[in-house]
Amino acid sequence: MRKIEENIFKVLMILSTIIISSTLFMILYTIFSKGLGSLSWDMVSKIPEGGFYIGKGGGILNAIVGSVYITIGSTLLGLLISLPIVIYINVYAKRNATLATITRLSYDILFGIPSIVYGAFGFAIMVYMGLKTSLLAGIITVTLMIIPILVRAIDEVVRVVPEDMSNAVFALGGTRYETAKIILRQSIPGIITAILLSFGRAIGDAACVLFTAGFTDSIPTSLDQPAATLPLSIFFQLSSPIKEVQNRAYAAAVILTIIVLAINIVAKIASKNLSKNKI
Amino acid sequence: MIIQPHISIQNLNVHIGENHILKNINLDIPDKKVTSLIGPSGCGKTTLLKTMNRLLDRQNDVRVDGKVLVDGENIYDPKVEVTHIRKKMGLLSQRPFPLPMNIYDNIAYGQRIHGNHNKKELDQIVEKYLRGVNLWDEVKDRLKSPATRLSIGQQQRLCLARGLAIEPEIILGDEPTSALDPISTQAIEELFLQLKDKYTIVLVTHILRQARRVSDYIGFVYMGEIIEFGPTEEVLLNPKEKLTQDYVKGFLV
Repeated sequence: MRKIEENIFKVLMILSTIIISSTLFMILYTIFSKGLGSLSWDMVSKIPEGGFYIGKGGGILNAIVGSVYITIGSTLLGLLISLPIVIYINVYAKRNATLATITRLSYDILFGIPSIVYGAFGFAIMVYMGLKTSLLAGIITVTLMIIPILVRAIDEVVRVVPEDMSNAVFALGGTRYETAKIILRQSIPGIITAILLSFGRAIGDAACVLFTAGFTDSIPTSLDQPAATLPLSIFFQLSSPIKEVQNRAYAAAVILTIIVLAINIVAKIASKNLSKNKI
Repeated sequence: MIIQPHISIQNLNVHIGENHILKNINLDIPDKKVTSLIGPSGCGKTTLLKTMNRLLDRQNDVRVDGKVLVDGENIYDPKVEVTHIRKKMGLLSQRPFPLPMNIYDNIAYGQRIHGNHNKKELDQIVEKYLRGVNLWDEVKDRLKSPATRLSIGQQQRLCLARGLAIEPEIILGDEPTSALDPISTQAIEELFLQLKDKYTIVLVTHILRQARRVSDYIGFVYMGEIIEFGPTEEVLLNPKEKLTQDYVKGFLV
Protein backbone atom coordinates (compact mmCIF):
# COMPACT_ATOMS: atom_id res chain seq x y z
CA MET A 1 0.00 0.00 0.00
CA ARG A 2 2.73 2.48 1.00
CA LYS A 3 4.60 1.37 -2.06
CA ILE A 4 1.67 2.36 -4.28
CA GLU A 5 1.42 5.74 -2.56
CA GLU A 6 5.10 6.26 -3.15
CA ASN A 7 4.74 5.38 -6.81
CA ILE A 8 1.76 7.65 -7.37
CA PHE A 9 3.70 10.60 -6.00
CA LYS A 10 6.74 9.66 -8.01
CA VAL A 11 4.67 9.69 -11.20
CA LEU A 12 3.09 13.03 -10.24
CA MET A 13 6.49 14.57 -9.59
CA ILE A 14 7.89 13.33 -12.87
CA LEU A 15 4.81 14.60 -14.73
CA SER A 16 5.14 18.07 -13.23
CA THR A 17 8.80 18.15 -14.16
CA ILE A 18 7.97 17.15 -17.71
CA ILE A 19 5.21 19.77 -17.97
CA ILE A 20 7.44 22.60 -16.80
CA SER A 21 10.41 21.71 -18.96
CA SER A 22 8.30 20.93 -22.03
CA THR A 23 6.58 24.31 -21.63
CA LEU A 24 9.99 25.95 -21.83
CA PHE A 25 10.86 23.99 -24.96
CA MET A 26 7.48 24.68 -26.53
CA ILE A 27 7.88 28.42 -25.99
CA LEU A 28 11.38 28.33 -27.42
CA TYR A 29 10.21 26.15 -30.31
CA THR A 30 7.25 28.41 -31.14
CA ILE A 31 9.16 31.65 -31.23
CA PHE A 32 12.19 30.16 -32.95
CA SER A 33 10.23 28.28 -35.61
CA LYS A 34 8.08 31.30 -36.40
CA GLY A 35 10.75 33.92 -35.90
CA LEU A 36 13.97 32.49 -37.27
CA GLY A 37 12.70 32.80 -40.88
CA SER A 38 12.23 36.55 -40.49
CA LEU A 39 15.38 37.08 -38.46
CA SER A 40 17.90 38.87 -40.58
CA TRP A 41 20.82 41.18 -40.13
CA ASP A 42 18.52 44.04 -41.14
CA MET A 43 16.26 43.24 -38.18
CA VAL A 44 18.97 43.93 -35.63
CA SER A 45 20.93 46.62 -37.42
CA LYS A 46 18.31 48.96 -38.87
CA ILE A 47 15.60 51.15 -37.50
CA PRO A 48 12.10 50.82 -39.00
CA GLU A 49 11.72 52.37 -42.41
CA GLY A 50 8.50 54.09 -43.42
CA GLY A 51 5.75 51.50 -43.65
CA PHE A 52 7.64 48.95 -41.53
CA TYR A 53 4.44 47.94 -39.80
CA ILE A 54 2.71 47.19 -43.10
CA GLY A 55 5.48 44.97 -44.37
CA LYS A 56 8.10 47.39 -45.66
CA GLY A 57 11.81 47.07 -44.83
CA GLY A 58 13.82 48.04 -41.82
CA GLY A 59 14.51 46.54 -38.41
CA ILE A 60 13.93 46.95 -34.73
CA LEU A 61 17.26 48.39 -33.64
CA ASN A 62 15.32 51.25 -32.05
CA ALA A 63 13.51 48.81 -29.74
CA ILE A 64 16.65 46.81 -28.94
CA VAL A 65 18.59 49.91 -27.98
CA GLY A 66 15.63 51.37 -26.11
CA SER A 67 15.10 48.20 -24.10
CA VAL A 68 18.79 47.86 -23.28
CA TYR A 69 18.98 51.51 -22.15
CA ILE A 70 15.90 51.23 -19.97
CA THR A 71 16.86 47.87 -18.50
CA ILE A 72 20.45 48.73 -17.69
CA GLY A 73 19.49 52.18 -16.47
CA SER A 74 16.77 50.92 -14.18
CA THR A 75 18.77 47.95 -12.91
CA LEU A 76 21.67 50.21 -11.92
CA LEU A 77 19.37 52.81 -10.41
CA GLY A 78 17.41 50.05 -8.69
CA LEU A 79 20.56 48.53 -7.17
CA LEU A 80 21.70 51.94 -6.01
CA ILE A 81 18.48 52.27 -4.04
CA SER A 82 17.97 48.63 -3.02
CA LEU A 83 21.39 47.91 -1.54
CA PRO A 84 21.19 50.69 1.07
CA ILE A 85 17.68 49.52 1.99
CA VAL A 86 18.86 45.95 2.51
CA ILE A 87 21.94 47.06 4.44
CA TYR A 88 19.83 49.29 6.62
CA ILE A 89 17.23 46.70 7.54
CA ASN A 90 19.80 43.96 8.11
CA VAL A 91 22.83 45.64 9.61
CA TYR A 92 21.90 49.04 10.97
CA ALA A 93 18.39 48.52 12.28
CA LYS A 94 18.10 45.96 15.02
CA ARG A 95 16.16 42.92 14.06
CA ASN A 96 12.39 43.50 14.31
CA ALA A 97 12.88 47.24 14.64
CA THR A 98 9.70 49.03 13.63
CA LEU A 99 11.17 50.73 10.59
CA ALA A 100 12.65 47.47 9.32
CA THR A 101 9.32 45.69 9.76
CA ILE A 102 7.46 48.47 7.94
CA THR A 103 10.03 48.36 5.14
CA ARG A 104 9.70 44.60 4.74
CA LEU A 105 5.90 44.84 4.75
CA SER A 106 5.94 47.64 2.16
CA TYR A 107 8.13 45.91 -0.34
CA ASP A 108 6.16 42.69 0.07
CA ILE A 109 3.04 44.62 -0.91
CA LEU A 110 4.83 46.53 -3.67
CA PHE A 111 6.13 43.21 -4.97
CA GLY A 112 2.59 42.07 -5.64
CA ILE A 113 1.41 45.20 -7.45
CA PRO A 114 0.90 44.54 -11.17
CA SER A 115 3.19 46.39 -13.54
CA ILE A 116 0.33 48.21 -15.26
CA VAL A 117 -0.31 49.97 -11.94
CA TYR A 118 3.31 51.09 -11.89
CA GLY A 119 2.81 52.25 -15.46
CA ALA A 120 -0.25 54.27 -14.49
CA PHE A 121 1.52 55.65 -11.43
CA GLY A 122 4.57 56.61 -13.51
CA PHE A 123 2.26 58.26 -15.99
CA ALA A 124 0.55 60.27 -13.26
CA ILE A 125 3.90 61.49 -11.92
CA MET A 126 4.95 62.37 -15.46
CA VAL A 127 1.85 64.43 -16.03
CA TYR A 128 2.22 66.07 -12.64
CA MET A 129 5.82 67.03 -13.35
CA GLY A 130 5.04 68.08 -16.88
CA LEU A 131 7.29 65.47 -18.49
CA LYS A 132 6.67 63.98 -21.91
CA THR A 133 6.98 60.29 -22.60
CA SER A 134 10.71 59.78 -22.43
CA LEU A 135 13.57 57.40 -21.74
CA LEU A 136 13.95 58.96 -18.29
CA ALA A 137 10.30 58.47 -17.40
CA GLY A 138 10.56 54.85 -18.59
CA ILE A 139 13.68 54.22 -16.52
CA ILE A 140 12.13 55.73 -13.40
CA THR A 141 8.93 53.72 -13.70
CA VAL A 142 10.73 50.45 -14.39
CA THR A 143 13.07 51.20 -11.48
CA LEU A 144 10.07 51.61 -9.17
CA MET A 145 8.76 48.28 -10.38
CA ILE A 146 12.00 46.33 -9.87
CA ILE A 147 13.08 47.80 -6.52
CA PRO A 148 10.75 45.48 -4.57
CA ILE A 149 12.09 42.53 -6.58
CA LEU A 150 15.68 43.51 -5.87
CA VAL A 151 15.13 44.32 -2.21
CA ARG A 152 13.18 41.17 -1.56
CA ALA A 153 15.63 38.87 -3.34
CA ILE A 154 18.73 40.48 -1.82
CA ASP A 155 17.18 40.68 1.64
CA GLU A 156 16.46 36.97 1.37
CA VAL A 157 20.13 36.10 0.78
CA VAL A 158 21.56 38.66 3.17
CA ARG A 159 19.34 37.43 5.97
CA VAL A 160 20.80 33.93 5.78
CA VAL A 161 24.37 35.15 6.27
CA PRO A 162 25.18 33.69 9.69
CA GLU A 163 25.00 36.08 12.64
CA ASP A 164 28.43 34.79 13.67
CA MET A 165 29.92 36.07 10.43
CA SER A 166 28.90 39.64 11.23
CA ASN A 167 29.90 39.13 14.85
CA ALA A 168 33.35 38.10 13.64
CA VAL A 169 33.76 41.44 11.89
CA PHE A 170 32.34 43.38 14.84
CA ALA A 171 34.67 41.50 17.17
CA LEU A 172 37.63 42.64 15.09
CA GLY A 173 36.54 46.20 15.74
CA GLY A 174 34.73 46.62 12.46
CA THR A 175 32.09 49.28 12.01
CA ARG A 176 28.62 48.47 10.76
CA TYR A 177 29.57 49.71 7.31
CA GLU A 178 32.58 47.38 7.18
CA THR A 179 30.39 44.54 8.36
CA ALA A 180 27.86 45.33 5.64
CA LYS A 181 30.57 45.10 3.01
CA ILE A 182 31.58 41.64 4.21
CA ILE A 183 27.96 40.52 4.29
CA LEU A 184 27.41 41.75 0.74
CA ARG A 185 30.57 40.03 -0.42
CA GLN A 186 29.32 36.83 1.15
CA SER A 187 26.01 37.29 -0.69
CA ILE A 188 27.36 37.98 -4.19
CA PRO A 189 25.83 34.93 -5.91
CA GLY A 190 22.43 35.77 -4.44
CA ILE A 191 22.76 39.41 -5.42
CA ILE A 192 23.54 38.39 -8.98
CA THR A 193 20.48 36.17 -9.04
CA ALA A 194 18.46 39.13 -7.82
CA ILE A 195 19.89 41.33 -10.58
CA LEU A 196 19.01 38.66 -13.14
CA LEU A 197 15.47 38.41 -11.86
CA SER A 198 14.93 42.13 -12.05
CA PHE A 199 16.73 42.38 -15.39
CA GLY A 200 14.38 39.79 -16.84
CA ARG A 201 11.35 41.59 -15.47
CA ALA A 202 12.60 44.98 -16.63
CA ILE A 203 13.40 43.96 -20.18
CA GLY A 204 10.22 41.97 -20.64
CA ASP A 205 7.67 44.31 -19.17
CA ALA A 206 5.41 46.15 -21.56
CA ALA A 207 2.88 47.71 -19.22
CA CYS A 208 5.38 49.89 -17.34
CA VAL A 209 6.83 51.49 -20.44
CA LEU A 210 3.58 51.75 -22.41
CA PHE A 211 2.63 55.20 -21.11
CA THR A 212 6.00 56.34 -19.85
CA ALA A 213 8.73 55.59 -22.35
CA GLY A 214 6.36 55.83 -25.30
CA PHE A 215 7.26 54.45 -28.68
CA THR A 216 9.26 55.85 -31.51
CA ASP A 217 10.98 54.66 -34.64
CA SER A 218 14.21 56.47 -33.87
CA ILE A 219 16.93 55.69 -31.39
CA PRO A 220 16.87 58.00 -28.36
CA THR A 221 19.96 60.19 -28.04
CA SER A 222 19.08 61.81 -24.75
CA LEU A 223 17.06 61.05 -21.63
CA ASP A 224 14.18 63.32 -22.54
CA GLN A 225 13.40 61.60 -25.84
CA PRO A 226 10.88 58.80 -26.09
CA ALA A 227 12.26 55.30 -26.48
CA ALA A 228 10.92 52.16 -28.12
CA THR A 229 11.10 48.85 -26.27
CA LEU A 230 11.12 45.24 -27.41
CA PRO A 231 7.90 44.10 -25.72
CA LEU A 232 5.98 47.01 -27.27
CA SER A 233 7.64 46.40 -30.62
CA ILE A 234 6.46 42.79 -30.44
CA PHE A 235 3.01 43.94 -29.44
CA PHE A 236 2.66 46.41 -32.33
CA GLN A 237 3.94 43.96 -34.91
CA LEU A 238 1.85 41.09 -33.64
CA SER A 239 -1.31 43.21 -33.82
CA SER A 240 -0.71 43.77 -37.51
CA PRO A 241 -2.97 41.78 -39.85
CA ILE A 242 -0.06 41.18 -42.21
CA LYS A 243 1.53 37.75 -41.85
CA GLU A 244 5.02 39.00 -42.64
CA VAL A 245 4.90 41.60 -39.90
CA GLN A 246 3.54 39.05 -37.44
CA ASN A 247 6.48 36.80 -38.18
CA ARG A 248 8.82 39.67 -37.50
CA ALA A 249 7.20 39.93 -34.08
CA TYR A 250 8.41 36.40 -33.38
CA ALA A 251 11.84 37.33 -34.65
CA ALA A 252 11.80 40.20 -32.14
CA ALA A 253 10.80 37.70 -29.46
CA VAL A 254 13.81 35.57 -30.44
CA ILE A 255 16.07 38.57 -30.02
CA LEU A 256 14.56 39.36 -26.62
CA THR A 257 15.01 35.75 -25.51
CA ILE A 258 18.61 35.65 -26.72
CA ILE A 259 19.45 38.84 -24.82
CA VAL A 260 17.98 37.40 -21.60
CA LEU A 261 19.77 34.07 -22.10
CA ALA A 262 23.09 35.79 -22.81
CA ILE A 263 22.80 37.94 -19.69
CA ASN A 264 21.98 34.81 -17.68
CA ILE A 265 25.04 32.97 -18.89
CA VAL A 266 27.38 35.92 -18.36
CA ALA A 267 25.98 36.42 -14.87
CA LYS A 268 26.39 32.75 -13.97
CA ILE A 269 30.05 32.87 -14.99
CA ALA A 270 30.61 36.13 -13.16
CA SER A 271 28.95 34.79 -10.05
CA LYS A 272 31.13 31.70 -10.10
CA ASN A 273 34.30 33.74 -10.33
CA LEU A 274 33.25 36.27 -7.73
CA SER A 275 32.06 33.78 -5.15
CA LYS A 276 35.06 31.50 -4.91
CA ASN A 277 35.86 32.83 -1.45
CA LYS A 278 32.38 32.28 -0.10
CA ILE A 279 31.73 29.93 2.79
CA MET B 1 43.14 36.51 46.23
CA ILE B 2 43.31 38.07 42.79
CA ILE B 3 45.72 40.91 42.72
CA GLN B 4 45.23 42.45 39.31
CA PRO B 5 41.93 42.07 37.48
CA HIS B 6 41.99 42.76 33.76
CA ILE B 7 38.26 42.75 33.36
CA SER B 8 36.17 43.71 36.31
CA ILE B 9 32.45 43.13 36.16
CA GLN B 10 30.47 45.02 38.75
CA ASN B 11 26.80 44.64 39.61
CA LEU B 12 25.99 43.55 36.08
CA ASN B 13 22.36 42.86 35.26
CA VAL B 14 21.21 41.91 31.80
CA HIS B 15 17.60 41.75 30.71
CA ILE B 16 16.56 40.47 27.31
CA GLY B 17 12.93 41.40 26.85
CA GLU B 18 11.17 40.30 30.03
CA ASN B 19 13.84 37.81 30.99
CA HIS B 20 16.40 38.55 33.61
CA ILE B 21 19.34 36.75 31.99
CA LEU B 22 22.24 37.79 34.19
CA LYS B 23 21.63 38.58 37.84
CA ASN B 24 23.90 40.90 39.71
CA ILE B 25 27.18 39.55 38.40
CA ASN B 26 30.36 40.53 40.18
CA LEU B 27 33.44 39.00 38.70
CA ASP B 28 37.12 39.87 38.39
CA ILE B 29 38.93 38.26 35.49
CA PRO B 30 42.60 37.99 36.39
CA ASP B 31 45.24 39.39 34.06
CA LYS B 32 47.23 36.98 31.85
CA LYS B 33 45.44 33.91 33.07
CA VAL B 34 42.93 31.55 31.56
CA THR B 35 39.51 31.85 33.15
CA SER B 36 36.84 29.33 32.23
CA LEU B 37 33.15 29.91 32.62
CA ILE B 38 31.29 26.66 33.09
CA GLY B 39 27.67 25.86 33.60
CA PRO B 40 24.68 24.12 32.05
CA SER B 41 23.28 25.18 28.67
CA GLY B 42 21.23 28.34 28.80
CA CYS B 43 22.69 29.47 32.11
CA GLY B 44 23.91 32.74 30.63
CA LYS B 45 27.61 32.09 30.28
CA THR B 46 27.73 32.99 26.60
CA THR B 47 25.70 36.12 27.32
CA LEU B 48 28.19 36.99 30.02
CA LEU B 49 31.01 36.57 27.53
CA LYS B 50 29.25 38.76 25.00
CA THR B 51 28.82 41.56 27.51
CA MET B 52 32.59 41.77 27.68
CA ASN B 53 33.00 42.96 24.10
CA ARG B 54 29.54 44.47 23.79
CA LEU B 55 28.46 42.05 21.08
CA LEU B 56 25.26 41.83 23.08
CA ASP B 57 24.38 45.31 21.83
CA ARG B 58 23.38 43.72 18.55
CA GLN B 59 20.41 41.89 20.01
CA ASN B 60 16.92 43.21 20.44
CA ASP B 61 15.45 44.46 23.68
CA VAL B 62 18.66 44.11 25.62
CA ARG B 63 19.11 46.15 28.76
CA VAL B 64 22.47 46.13 30.44
CA ASP B 65 22.91 47.67 33.88
CA GLY B 66 26.11 47.81 35.85
CA LYS B 67 29.69 48.18 34.87
CA VAL B 68 32.23 46.20 32.93
CA LEU B 69 35.66 47.67 33.47
CA VAL B 70 38.41 46.78 31.06
CA ASP B 71 41.75 48.23 32.15
CA GLY B 72 39.71 50.34 34.52
CA GLU B 73 37.55 51.83 31.76
CA ASN B 74 33.80 51.19 31.84
CA ILE B 75 32.97 49.84 28.40
CA TYR B 76 29.28 50.63 28.86
CA ASP B 77 30.03 54.30 29.29
CA PRO B 78 28.06 56.05 26.52
CA LYS B 79 31.13 58.03 25.55
CA VAL B 80 33.15 54.93 24.80
CA GLU B 81 33.92 54.08 21.17
CA VAL B 82 32.70 50.51 20.79
CA THR B 83 35.04 49.58 17.93
CA HIS B 84 37.95 50.62 20.13
CA ILE B 85 36.74 48.30 22.89
CA ARG B 86 36.34 45.39 20.55
CA LYS B 87 39.78 45.92 19.06
CA LYS B 88 41.18 45.03 22.47
CA MET B 89 39.63 41.59 22.29
CA GLY B 90 39.82 38.69 19.92
CA LEU B 91 36.76 36.49 19.70
CA LEU B 92 36.67 32.82 18.88
CA SER B 93 33.18 31.54 18.21
CA GLN B 94 31.74 28.03 18.40
CA ARG B 95 32.22 27.43 14.72
CA PRO B 96 34.92 29.14 12.71
CA PHE B 97 33.66 31.79 10.31
CA PRO B 98 36.43 32.77 7.95
CA LEU B 99 35.65 35.95 6.05
CA PRO B 100 34.79 35.50 2.38
CA MET B 101 38.30 36.23 1.17
CA ASN B 102 41.62 34.45 0.90
CA ILE B 103 43.80 33.28 3.78
CA TYR B 104 46.15 36.25 3.64
CA ASP B 105 43.34 38.81 3.55
CA ASN B 106 41.59 37.12 6.45
CA ILE B 107 44.56 37.80 8.71
CA ALA B 108 45.28 41.23 7.24
CA TYR B 109 41.64 42.32 7.43
CA GLY B 110 41.70 43.54 11.02
CA GLN B 111 44.87 45.54 10.45
CA ARG B 112 43.46 47.01 7.28
CA ILE B 113 40.20 48.23 8.79
CA HIS B 114 42.23 49.87 11.53
CA GLY B 115 44.18 51.75 8.93
CA ASN B 116 47.33 49.72 8.27
CA HIS B 117 47.85 49.30 4.54
CA ASN B 118 51.61 48.89 4.55
CA LYS B 119 52.23 45.81 2.41
CA LYS B 120 55.52 44.93 4.06
CA GLU B 121 54.18 45.22 7.58
CA LEU B 122 51.09 43.23 6.67
CA ASP B 123 53.24 40.46 5.19
CA GLN B 124 55.15 40.25 8.44
CA ILE B 125 52.01 40.33 10.56
CA VAL B 126 50.33 37.61 8.50
CA GLU B 127 53.37 35.36 8.80
CA LYS B 128 53.86 36.09 12.48
CA TYR B 129 50.31 35.25 13.50
CA LEU B 130 49.95 32.27 11.21
CA ARG B 131 53.13 30.93 12.79
CA GLY B 132 51.68 31.80 16.18
CA VAL B 133 48.83 29.39 15.63
CA ASN B 134 51.04 26.79 13.95
CA LEU B 135 49.31 27.22 10.62
CA TRP B 136 52.08 28.86 8.61
CA ASP B 137 53.73 25.66 7.40
CA GLU B 138 50.39 24.25 6.31
CA VAL B 139 49.26 27.28 4.30
CA LYS B 140 52.36 29.27 3.31
CA ASP B 141 52.15 28.06 -0.31
CA ARG B 142 48.49 28.92 -0.72
CA LEU B 143 47.98 32.21 1.05
CA LYS B 144 45.93 33.44 -1.89
CA SER B 145 43.49 30.56 -1.89
CA PRO B 146 40.06 30.86 -0.24
CA ALA B 147 40.09 30.42 3.51
CA THR B 148 37.07 28.17 3.20
CA ARG B 149 39.14 25.44 1.56
CA LEU B 150 40.86 24.80 4.87
CA SER B 151 39.68 22.06 7.19
CA ILE B 152 37.46 23.18 10.03
CA GLY B 153 40.28 22.77 12.55
CA GLN B 154 42.57 24.88 10.39
CA GLN B 155 39.79 27.44 9.98
CA GLN B 156 39.45 27.77 13.73
CA ARG B 157 43.19 28.37 14.07
CA LEU B 158 42.93 30.89 11.22
CA CYS B 159 40.16 32.70 13.09
CA LEU B 160 42.31 32.75 16.20
CA ALA B 161 45.20 34.20 14.19
CA ARG B 162 42.82 36.74 12.64
CA GLY B 163 41.75 37.83 16.11
CA LEU B 164 45.33 37.99 17.38
CA ALA B 165 46.45 40.04 14.39
CA ILE B 166 44.61 43.10 15.66
CA GLU B 167 46.91 42.84 18.68
CA PRO B 168 44.29 42.49 21.40
CA GLU B 169 44.95 42.08 25.09
CA ILE B 170 42.15 39.65 25.71
CA ILE B 171 40.93 36.51 23.96
CA LEU B 172 37.31 35.53 24.37
CA GLY B 173 36.44 31.96 23.43
CA ASP B 174 32.81 30.86 23.13
CA GLU B 175 33.08 27.07 23.22
CA PRO B 176 35.78 27.37 20.57
CA THR B 177 36.36 23.64 20.28
CA SER B 178 32.78 22.40 20.25
CA ALA B 179 32.76 21.84 16.47
CA LEU B 180 36.27 20.40 16.27
CA ASP B 181 37.66 16.89 16.25
CA PRO B 182 39.87 15.76 19.16
CA ILE B 183 43.15 16.53 17.40
CA SER B 184 42.12 20.04 16.40
CA THR B 185 40.75 20.55 19.89
CA GLN B 186 44.09 19.59 21.35
CA ALA B 187 45.83 22.02 19.00
CA ILE B 188 43.60 24.88 20.13
CA GLU B 189 44.02 23.99 23.80
CA GLU B 190 47.79 23.93 23.45
CA LEU B 191 47.64 27.32 21.80
CA PHE B 192 45.70 28.72 24.74
CA LEU B 193 48.35 27.45 27.10
CA GLN B 194 51.06 29.14 25.02
CA LEU B 195 49.10 32.34 24.66
CA LYS B 196 48.23 32.91 28.29
CA ASP B 197 51.64 34.44 28.95
CA LYS B 198 50.68 37.35 26.74
CA TYR B 199 46.90 37.48 26.84
CA THR B 200 44.07 37.32 29.27
CA ILE B 201 41.85 34.48 28.11
CA VAL B 202 38.19 33.97 28.96
CA LEU B 203 36.75 30.69 27.86
CA VAL B 204 33.19 29.45 27.84
CA THR B 205 33.18 25.69 27.85
CA HIS B 206 30.96 22.72 28.45
CA ILE B 207 33.83 20.36 28.83
CA LEU B 208 35.00 20.17 32.42
CA ARG B 209 38.13 18.27 31.46
CA GLN B 210 39.01 21.03 29.06
CA ALA B 211 38.40 23.62 31.74
CA ARG B 212 40.75 21.70 34.02
CA ARG B 213 43.42 21.26 31.35
CA VAL B 214 43.65 24.86 30.26
CA SER B 215 42.33 27.18 32.90
CA ASP B 216 43.76 28.77 36.02
CA TYR B 217 40.41 29.96 37.30
CA ILE B 218 36.88 28.73 36.92
CA GLY B 219 33.60 30.54 37.33
CA PHE B 220 30.50 28.42 37.71
CA VAL B 221 27.42 30.09 36.25
CA TYR B 222 23.95 28.84 37.06
CA MET B 223 20.61 30.44 36.18
CA GLY B 224 22.29 33.75 35.42
CA GLU B 225 24.29 33.95 38.60
CA ILE B 226 27.91 33.37 39.43
CA ILE B 227 27.65 30.60 41.99
CA GLU B 228 31.30 30.07 42.62
CA PHE B 229 34.58 31.46 41.41
CA GLY B 230 38.08 30.32 42.28
CA PRO B 231 41.21 28.50 41.21
CA THR B 232 40.49 25.58 38.87
CA GLU B 233 41.36 22.70 41.15
CA GLU B 234 39.47 24.17 44.04
CA VAL B 235 36.25 24.67 42.13
CA LEU B 236 36.41 21.30 40.42
CA LEU B 237 37.68 19.16 43.26
CA ASN B 238 36.52 20.96 46.39
CA PRO B 239 33.51 23.02 45.45
CA LYS B 240 32.09 24.98 48.33
CA GLU B 241 28.59 25.49 47.01
CA LYS B 242 25.99 22.76 46.80
CA LEU B 243 25.04 23.69 43.21
CA THR B 244 28.64 23.49 42.05
CA GLN B 245 29.03 20.17 43.79
CA ASP B 246 26.04 18.80 41.92
CA TYR B 247 27.30 20.10 38.62
CA VAL B 248 30.86 18.82 38.88
CA LYS B 249 29.83 15.55 40.52
CA GLY B 250 30.09 13.75 37.20
CA PHE B 251 33.61 15.01 36.89
CA LEU B 252 34.70 13.71 40.26
CA VAL B 253 33.75 10.09 39.75
